[in-house]
Amino acid sequence: MGAEVLSMSIDSMFVHKMWNDNELSKMVDGGVPFPMLSDAGGKVGTVYGVYDENAGVEARGRFIIDPDGVVQGYEVLTPPVGRNVNETFRQLQAFQLVRETAGKEATPSGWKPGKQTLKPGPDLVGKVWEVWKTEQAFD
Amino acid sequence: MAEKAEVGCARPTGGPVGEEPVKTPQDTPKTIKEVRGMIKVGQKAPDFVSPGYQKGEFINIKLSDYLGKWVLLCFYPGDFTFV
Repeated sequence: MGAEVLSMSIDSMFVHKMWNDNELSKMVDGGVPFPMLSDAGGKVGTVYGVYDENAGVEARGRFIIDPDGVVQGYEVLTPPVGRNVNETFRQLQAFQLVRETAGKEATPSGWKPGKQTLKPGPDLVGKVWEVWKTEQAFD
Repeated sequence: MAEKAEVGCARPTGGPVGEEPVKTPQDTPKTIKEVRGMIKVGQKAPDFVSPGYQKGEFINIKLSDYLGKWVLLCFYPGDFTFV
């Protein structure tokens, strides 16, 4: 899909190795393919606003960063609830489409690859209701 | 006496207990801690360097080395947690 994944927690790289070798490699053939980064002390997490000083850990923050190094979107969840990887892919594909069309196309609510995009411009003002129906927001 | 820890998704933490240490004027921080809000979309991702592990190697990663590529940066509470 053309994106590099970086994971980060306050664990040391030695613990990352143990977790990968002893558990994750049993879930994923060959182990984790992407870099598992260590943020001891939560310094990076603090800058990104996901480090919880009281708990000493980082929330499930996920940041989509574009090729210019700009944050296009993020999501932050408390620890007990896992992410939706498909939604992350969908957003990534949407941001990629917007970038490839240099903003000539935008993705309305519920968009996913293959669905209709909108072409923002003077002609579309007040006319979205004609070209886009609310049912399209749902699967 | 040891107390059985409850199982949960957050990492158990401890801290000092008992009497609060007596505060002397020197304990007052001289500089006000910078207040940080959430980072904003549409702005540059703060750059960082981090040690890490990937496929049998210990490595160092710098975010700005990834300029020109899309990056998914994912934080999580800790290794060996359940979710």
